[in-house]
Amino acid sequence: MLPTGPPIAARRTVSGVDAVVSVEGLSKRYGELTAVAEVSFEVGQGEIFGVLGPNGAGKTTSVECVQGLRHADAGRIRVLGLDPRTQVEQLRPLIGSQLQESALPHRLRVAEALDLFASLQPGGPPWRQVMQEWGLTPKARAAFGSLSGGQRQRLLVALAVVNAPQLVFLDEMTTGLDPAARRATWELIERLRDNGTTVVLVTHFMDEAERLCDRLAVVQGGRVVASGTPSQLVAAHSDGVTVRFSTSEPVGFLDRVPGVGSVQRRGDTVTVRGEPAIVARVGRALSEAGIEPDDMDVVRPTLEDVYLRLVGEEG
Amino acid sequence: MGALGKLTATELRLFLREPITVVFTLALPLMILYILGGVFGNEADAGGGPDAMVVYRGFGATNWYTSAYVAVAVAGFTLISVPTHLVEYRETGVLRRFRASAVPRWMVLASQFLNSLVIASVGAAILLVVAMLTTDVEPAVDWWRFALAYALGAVALVCLGLALGTLMPTARAAQSAGLVLWFMLLLICGGGPPPEVLPEALRTLGQWLPLSPVIEMLQEPWLTGGWAWSPSLVVVAMTAVSAGIAWFLFRWE
Repeated sequence: MLPTGPPIAARRTVSGVDAVVSVEGLSKRYGELTAVAEVSFEVGQGEIFGVLGPNGAGKTTSVECVQGLRHADAGRIRVLGLDPRTQVEQLRPLIGSQLQESALPHRLRVAEALDLFASLQPGGPPWRQVMQEWGLTPKARAAFGSLSGGQRQRLLVALAVVNAPQLVFLDEMTTGLDPAARRATWELIERLRDNGTTVVLVTHFMDEAERLCDRLAVVQGGRVVASGTPSQLVAAHSDGVTVRFSTSEPVGFLDRVPGVGSVQRRGDTVTVRGEPAIVARVGRALSEAGIEPDDMDVVRPTLEDVYLRLVGEEG
Repeated sequence: MGALGKLTATELRLFLREPITVVFTLALPLMILYILGGVFGNEADAGGGPDAMVVYRGFGATNWYTSAYVAVAVAGFTLISVPTHLVEYRETGVLRRFRASAVPRWMVLASQFLNSLVIASVGAAILLVVAMLTTDVEPAVDWWRFALAYALGAVALVCLGLALGTLMPTARAAQSAGLVLWFMLLLICGGGPPPEVLPEALRTLGQWLPLSPVIEMLQEPWLTGGWAWSPSLVVVAMTAVSAGIAWFLFRWE
């Protein structure tokens, strides 16, 4: 059965990419507590979009409003051209979802789970094909309770895409996984994008966001405090770069290079700090002075440094 | 097979993979029936004792208990296993997984309802067959009315179990509450000592608890071939209230 409903009207975003999700001024209150305030973001066709923030920042609430699982108090949400509040029935067949901390009955077997969820959400390829594609066939008869953390995630991702959705929401996929299983899960998520599926990824892990996300929004206290590509965020919200090398020659001239903030020397090790453009300028100035160190390092702030600045160390 | 059918069939299969639950659900009421039947026999009490009290309304104990224990067997499963199972699904995130796949609330409740009704009825049927074959119980006077009473009673008890599962905060709480409730009902609603020997207060209390009308409704056609009208109305009302709680207060997490 193919999904029916109105044709999907995608909107052009500022960046020229088709917006699969657009959220404007989303607010949600639980009694006195404001969980989400004036959140806005757009997700483009075929990208992995990260929603980042500390626990309790309002990430899950926002994303659940987008999926039509909760109703926003205010704001305009469009998902694949539909309003999740009033058109949730048409929207459901088009999206896949993995909710935070969800699980299956422990005695349910892998093949049974795929068979069951394929019939709960029809419209995708035959479930055996999905099982094959996600490498679950060797585990077909294994009970959910006997799977490792990584295998469970693989099954849960497979269940989220069993209806061949255009858009998938993944909430906290890697919490509690060991490093190898996390890496395997990342590969699964990249594979989803490679197949043309748009992914909204909710996470509080920086390395995960940096590795996977094409663009992301950092949420803190129910508000979007920054958004953009990981490198844009790093460029916009960091205090510059550090260049480090060793030489025995005098380097006082580096103080006059535009953009340099400070030059420190400890023994033969020189540390220069300043705006991102100083990397090229310092290199050129050194080269012109006949100094060509073979151990020149550039230390850029990571997304994690930026994130901690944005949400505060306690985040 | 439709989605609801598949969900229900899967639930049944999962139940059969829990051997201890299966045995307890199906065997415990039978065990108690044997003990009580063995203790009291099946001689009708003529009221000839020194206190001139007629117990079991003058029917044989095995006749009295067999019809009552159909309700006890069903209640044992629906008051303990059904709510615990539902709360466990909510606690461990199985309901969240269903919700993520857009499984509607009615389908979750309907599959739990059907699954529980089937299991409870298998338990009741085993109890009846074994009792008929191995004890001196006399068969129901009116099987059709008994079957109707069973259907109404079983639906009511399953709904009650779902309502408990909706209200209980944790699986542990659900299990303890279900067990206590079941035992209490068993003892003072007609499944334990004959109601005639209970102190007045307990007897009155027992009449207000939800198992009593189900037992009375089942006993009437079994013992006399009649129909217990007011208990059956209470049972229908109880079903409506429980179903309302299970539906309106349903939580995914």
